[in-house]
Amino acid sequence: MIHAATVHSLWTTAAAAPDKIPSPDIEYGQLLPTLIVLGAAIVGVLIEAFLPRRQRYVAQLFVSVVALAAAFAAVIGLAASDYGTSKAHVAAMGAIAVDGPALFLQGTILLVALVAVFTFAERRLDPVVHGNRVDSFAAQAAAVPGGEAEKAAVKAGFTTTEVFPLVLFAVGGMLVFPSANDLLTLFVALEVFSLPLYILCALARRHRAMSQEAAVKYFLLGAFSSAFLLFGIALLYGYAGTVAYSGIADVVDGQVRNVTPALAGTMGNDALLLIGGAMVLMGLLFKIGAVPFHMWTPDVYQGAPTPVTGFMAAATKVAAFGALLRLLYVVLPGLRWDWRPVMWGVAIVTMLGGAIVAVTQTDVKRLLAYSSIAHAGFILAGVIATTPDGISSVLFYLAAYSFVTLGAFAVVTLVRDAGGEATHLSKWAGLGRRSPLVAAVFAVFLLAFAGIPLTSGFAGKFAVFKAAADGGAGALVVIGVISSAVAAFFYIRVIVLMFFSEPRTDGPSVAVPSPLTSSAIAIGVAVTLVLGVAPQYFLDLASQAGVFVR
Amino acid sequence: MENLIGLLVAVPLLGAALLLCGGRRLDGKGHYIGTVLAAASFVIGAVLFADMLGRGEHDRALHSKVFSWIPVGGFRADVAFQLDQLSMTFVLLITGVGTLIHIYSIGYMEHDERRRRFFGYLNLFLAAMLLLVLADNYLLLYVGWEGVGLASYLLIGFWQHKPSAATAAKKAFIVNRVGDVGLSIAIMLMFTTFGTFTFAPVLTNADHASEGKLTAIGLMLLLAACGKSAQVPLQSWLGDAMEGPTPVSALIHAATMVTAGVYLITRSGAIFNAAPDAQAAVVTVGAVTLLFGAIVGCAKDDIKKALAGSTMSQIGYMILAAGLGPIGYVFAIMHLVTHGFFKAGLFLGAGSVMHAMNDEVDMRKYGGLRKYMPVTFVTFGLGYLAIIGFPGLSGFWSKDKIIEAAFAKGGTEGWILGGAALLGAAITAYYMTRVMLLTFFGEKRWGTTPSPEEPSAEPAAESAGAHTEPHPHESPSSMTIPMIVLAVGSVFAGGLFSVNDAFLKWLEPVTGHSHGDSPLSAAAVTAGTMVVLAIGVALAWAQYGRRPVPRTAPRGSLLTRAARRDLLQDDFNHVALVKPGQYLTRGLVYVDHKLVDGVVNGTAASVGGLSGRLRKLQNGYARTYAVSMFGGTAVLIAATLLMRAV
Repeated sequence: MIHAATVHSLWTTAAAAPDKIPSPDIEYGQLLPTLIVLGAAIVGVLIEAFLPRRQRYVAQLFVSVVALAAAFAAVIGLAASDYGTSKAHVAAMGAIAVDGPALFLQGTILLVALVAVFTFAERRLDPVVHGNRVDSFAAQAAAVPGGEAEKAAVKAGFTTTEVFPLVLFAVGGMLVFPSANDLLTLFVALEVFSLPLYILCALARRHRAMSQEAAVKYFLLGAFSSAFLLFGIALLYGYAGTVAYSGIADVVDGQVRNVTPALAGTMGNDALLLIGGAMVLMGLLFKIGAVPFHMWTPDVYQGAPTPVTGFMAAATKVAAFGALLRLLYVVLPGLRWDWRPVMWGVAIVTMLGGAIVAVTQTDVKRLLAYSSIAHAGFILAGVIATTPDGISSVLFYLAAYSFVTLGAFAVVTLVRDAGGEATHLSKWAGLGRRSPLVAAVFAVFLLAFAGIPLTSGFAGKFAVFKAAADGGAGALVVIGVISSAVAAFFYIRVIVLMFFSEPRTDGPSVAVPSPLTSSAIAIGVAVTLVLGVAPQYFLDLASQAGVFVR
Repeated sequence: MENLIGLLVAVPLLGAALLLCGGRRLDGKGHYIGTVLAAASFVIGAVLFADMLGRGEHDRALHSKVFSWIPVGGFRADVAFQLDQLSMTFVLLITGVGTLIHIYSIGYMEHDERRRRFFGYLNLFLAAMLLLVLADNYLLLYVGWEGVGLASYLLIGFWQHKPSAATAAKKAFIVNRVGDVGLSIAIMLMFTTFGTFTFAPVLTNADHASEGKLTAIGLMLLLAACGKSAQVPLQSWLGDAMEGPTPVSALIHAATMVTAGVYLITRSGAIFNAAPDAQAAVVTVGAVTLLFGAIVGCAKDDIKKALAGSTMSQIGYMILAAGLGPIGYVFAIMHLVTHGFFKAGLFLGAGSVMHAMNDEVDMRKYGGLRKYMPVTFVTFGLGYLAIIGFPGLSGFWSKDKIIEAAFAKGGTEGWILGGAALLGAAITAYYMTRVMLLTFFGEKRWGTTPSPEEPSAEPAAESAGAHTEPHPHESPSSMTIPMIVLAVGSVFAGGLFSVNDAFLKWLEPVTGHSHGDSPLSAAAVTAGTMVVLAIGVALAWAQYGRRPVPRTAPRGSLLTRAARRDLLQDDFNHVALVKPGQYLTRGLVYVDHKLVDGVVNGTAASVGGLSGRLRKLQNGYARTYAVSMFGGTAVLIAATLLMRAV
């Protein structure tokens, strides 16, 4: 009876005081980009459920492209209504920031995703199987590799059109990630975009075992890092009594507003702050692929279907760096004398580690993976600048780098032999003689990676190094330039291999892609060259967008 | 009117673009296009000249800004032109003589299948040279300066199938680079001193800069002038440059481009006036070169090389005059103009002779040509009289003034310079008389019959073409008319300039003028000049007029042999510059191979080794990766805490 009475009283208490819980005040208009993408993802799930198999591909592609384009238009609309500058504020009850960096990064992620969807939808590269055109994804993900069920699924012409809603879910999470303004939203967004990526990694049509191995590794390690992140969030809550960025920042600055009685013993304890901060940082550094949290990168990049690798390498990095910037510039600016030296160390080992290990790689996807690690180090140099120029240079670098990466991985999908993509570098020998155009395009991307002038890579690298040097990190810039020199070696080695080696007789052939992949590559080249030749407009845009709301 | 100035440069530039990009379609009419555009440029120059004469002498200068070239912060360099009396003089000389030489080349290059390209280069040269003299700042002048260097290189090596021509072109280009470095350093010094390159502010503020800086700028400008104007010590390229077609030698390597150094020094007069040490260097260079060139000219049997030595020597006079400061600027330019007439005329005459003699250049195989080529003989003869300073002809008026000005420098210096100039005049008379006698007088020494005293004169290796007997004939009218026009200029220009001191009054507002005080009266200097002139002519007559000339050169005295080798200029350069340079580069290559490459390769090898070891960490086990993450986080936390503790 007592129990019943207690329950009853709980019920009645809740019912008696409805006005004590304020109804949340959500600015739907300002969250429109995220809402469109997530809504389209749900539509995609419904398509999978209700449309016949034959019609799903076209419907999914249509929904994805329209949703991403509409979301991008919404971002532009918000930016045009000054939400990036004068009207920047924190929306959704303090959960989501709508400001310059958030809009810039969301725009970049949406464009990257749009181009990536083109490569996802490519169906002309793999040979026709049983009269069906197939893409890079497994016929039926649940079928055991090499088993009877898989054969039956291939024969039936199944395709995994679920990749489109999965991408949209991931994009939705990525849109929230850099604009999350409290630690819980940050964590939720992280999981929302990570889980679909784990699945996508497992979906390769060829080398399925390797693909699944990559996915499992990614999942295990991702979960491991999420645990650190979550523990860090708990410690920070213990320190500040809140998970809101501004609230934590206030406590760090010594302006404690009101002490929660339950936390009286821990609040303001710097040990919690430092340990918790380091753990949250670690969670983000894992996503970025910074040394020593990078070890998943080569295996996952190699195992995942190449379109997914391209998308992941480009979009995840943008989202994660956005979140890192916000964390360091909004939550922990009062702590920068503590985190800067540590981040110095991380940036140095990341730049050198990525560049040095890449030197001996023999697989083009692993090579690009290590290259992405080195680039994460370069971007970290800009993050460490702790100046407005640092923010804008990182924004610019991310935009420039993500298109180069997408383009480069798209080219990788074209070079094929009987076993699918021919990713071993020795097979690329003499490619420039057989397919001068493809080799030349790849060379442009490699030069951009190497940071050669007139490519976006140079403009980006120059911007981050300049910001870092102005921010007092001259030594870091020196190490960055040395790493760039090491990195130039392996990029140029591939160019030498393509253009100055004899082609192998059993070498791969270059598949003729549909307009989808062609346009993805063309966009990559165009962005690379435009940002390289005339970067000023975009640098200005990035520097206009470079102020975080608090 | 101002807009016409840009057109002056644009018209020949258009010609160059048309002819060089137009392709074979224009082969048939390319030479007419080039010539018409050169003439158009001259007409524009003449219109501007008439307009300029219509204005008062102090507001004759025109200025025209075309566009802003390099705006960097507060600094700007414009593409802007300045047309004052000094530039005007050059414009008329360049376009006038240039047009005549275009006309001459129509005939001279008639049988060359690359004639269109030749005219394209000539137009390119005109455009660059006009840019050089019209620029209103040193940076734009530098563009023109390099442009004429390029055109000169292309034209010297025009017959690139001849290795000697290709080598000569390269030599000219490289030696000129040395001078160009001087000009670029001078421009940089100007920028650090004055913060601008524009003539007007640089020159009006020259007094305010320290003398040391001005001396440095002046010496660097002199180095530039030495390169372009073939003055000692950068004279070695001019003789070899005669490998180019003769019209090129006449236009570029006698009348116009090689005088760019004189222009540069005169234009920068304010700097030199304030830097006496630099001026002393200028007069020294001028005096040494005028003797050097004259001595070389005495020994050469190649008619063009003899004339090249003479060019060097005459420009030496101009440099000398320009180095004298306001006493000499006007006379330097006046001699430059008269020299432009008679030296171009002499070269065209030489070209006409070569044209008639199957491209033979050895004067010892000429002789007696006056009967066969009367027009050439007369025009060449008038040029000859002009250059030696025969009373009343152009050279007399201008050279005499320079000698006077040299004495007017005053003191021991004046005596030395005046003496050198006088000695130069005597040698000029000697070597020009020698050229005249060897070419047009005496017995004919051409033809297949070897003269009895020289049975084995023809070297066996000579090609069959050289054995066909030349049939000297007068050149076509397209060649003789320019020669006649230039001869008229050689005769009358100097007198015209001196009537009422017209040239002095014309140029004085730009360059300034002072009389100096001469220890000798003008009459005495003139009389002295006449005496040395007579001695020079008489010596040459005694040596080459009275006696038959051997078809092969006698061994000659030590000085003669040295002079034949250009007073050992190339040997000197070889020993003093080429050899040490080679040793230096060999040393550097050694250091590069052993040391630099060693370090580089060692670094690469160690990076590779490190990479090989590090990649082993990537063993594919998720547990290893997790440990790495765990360790990393631990270090991250420890480091953060440590930072706080420190």
